[in-house]
Amino acid sequence: MSFLYANAFLLISLLKIIIMVFLVLTVNAYLTWFERKVVAHIQSRWGPHRVGPHGLLQPLADGAKFLLKEDPTPAGADKFVYFLAPLLSLALALTSIAIIPFGPDPLPWLILGQKIYLGITDLNIGILGLFAITALGVYGIALAGWSSNSKYPLMGGLRSSAQMISYELAMTMSVVGVLLTASSFSLRDIINAQAGSHGLFGWQGIFSWNIFAGPLPQILGFLCFYVAAVAETNRVPFDLAEAESELVAGFHTEYASFKFAMFFIAEYTSMITVSCLCSILFFGGWLSPFPPSWTFTFYLPSLILIPFGAWVIWDGLKYETMIGKAILPVIGLVMLGIGGALIALPALNSFIQGPFWLLSKILTFLFVYVWMRGTLPRFRYDQLMSFGWKLLLPVSLANVVITAGAILWRGY
Amino acid sequence: MSAPLLVFIVLAALAVGGALNLILQKHPIHSALSLIVVMVALAGLYLLMGAEFVAAVQIIVYGGAIMVLFVFVIMLLNAGIEEHTNFSKLAGFAGIPLALVVTGFIAAAITHANDNVLAASQTGAVAPTKDLSMMLFREFVYPFELTSFLILIAIMGALVLAQREHR
Repeated sequence: MSFLYANAFLLISLLKIIIMVFLVLTVNAYLTWFERKVVAHIQSRWGPHRVGPHGLLQPLADGAKFLLKEDPTPAGADKFVYFLAPLLSLALALTSIAIIPFGPDPLPWLILGQKIYLGITDLNIGILGLFAITALGVYGIALAGWSSNSKYPLMGGLRSSAQMISYELAMTMSVVGVLLTASSFSLRDIINAQAGSHGLFGWQGIFSWNIFAGPLPQILGFLCFYVAAVAETNRVPFDLAEAESELVAGFHTEYASFKFAMFFIAEYTSMITVSCLCSILFFGGWLSPFPPSWTFTFYLPSLILIPFGAWVIWDGLKYETMIGKAILPVIGLVMLGIGGALIALPALNSFIQGPFWLLSKILTFLFVYVWMRGTLPRFRYDQLMSFGWKLLLPVSLANVVITAGAILWRGY
Repeated sequence: MSAPLLVFIVLAALAVGGALNLILQKHPIHSALSLIVVMVALAGLYLLMGAEFVAAVQIIVYGGAIMVLFVFVIMLLNAGIEEHTNFSKLAGFAGIPLALVVTGFIAAAITHANDNVLAASQTGAVAPTKDLSMMLFREFVYPFELTSFLILIAIMGALVLAQREHR
């Protein structure tokens, strides 16, 4: 026991990391399902529908397929770098999640005499550490393109490294306004600064978030950050690194099986990180959009879970397949149970508020990602470069100067 | 062995090993990758000393931006495997003795220093970014601005050199 207590911090961190990796990978898998469903509905299709009820087991089938496929290495490939590239991508993408805090309060009970906060670590240099990790993320793609010894991947790798260098600058600059307002790099401090701010016209809740309040509403900063971050994650409309119509599949053309899956997981994980950052930096993180005096909004999680659970049960009972009739009502019952438990246990309910709001915001941003993929066409390469350097960078620089001026003028 | 010492030894070995590998590798990309390892290991050493901001900037600027540019240019030129040349006489006469002398001086200076070299986790000293920026933008603001001006001149010089043929 004394060994456990002496190394409590180490053991708990290790446990948190294991749980987090498992959670992130599961969320990733269902993010692919979510993306396919939403894009399908945008295009008037049904999307995955065969594997499990509503295609819910599709990610499992995809995973099995990735594991079982043949994994050829192209002739003349630089073996070491070829294996290193997907590992680097995945490791860096997963590391960046470690810095994100997911809730304000520690768990209601102590484990090994330690307070357990949601989120793996809280760095003093939080956001800078995150940028350091993203800065290294370029290598995964660039090296994958180079080491494949093939022309299309090389083009994709070159494109994406040029794109990521250009947009990283604008992304870093656009955050400076928020950092000036909070005068801290720590993500936890940035959220707390938003909770303490007076808000637009003295209103609380949604109007005290950085995007609407502070010395200067960071609307410009947010727009620059979001555009640059989408470009940084190589997603539509900035996915020139894997433009199908021009480069086959871009940097991962020569990758198959699980090495391809690693790039895929890395991309989705960085989507989650960017959504977390958007909600934390500009949209108040775990703060509720309602004023603290509106206590009835505490029942919102139950109010969403209970009707949704009831609908899932109703849908499951009339589902065509037997497996759907078996699984869906169980999922619905679990939702009903959680919703009921939240009403019955006020302590649990108030603990869940922060994570609930943060997750809702993250989901919203993930939906916007998918929505953009369903609607926007791809940029042309020269448009992409001139957009990044000639519009995004000057605007984000101007935002820094104006915000600094506003802070001086309004005496924050 | 204390934990900070262990971390130091691992990081130092990574840095030295990376630096050696940088010289010994035949392919430019492998050399560039070794240099990235050196940069990241150095950032780790800064972190060990409690210089969090410097560590993050080391990775963002050197590990990220500058080395990406190196790798980008190597990829763009599609540079192949380099040939090893013979050991130059100048290196034998001057280079190796000089390197040994410099290393000896540094080692002597460190061993004769009165302060014990300790990790941040042992002393509890962490350099706050606020103090760093106060120093940089109050006390040393003129040297700082002069340095940035120097870099600006270098950029303009590069532009002039690159555009000379068009005239």
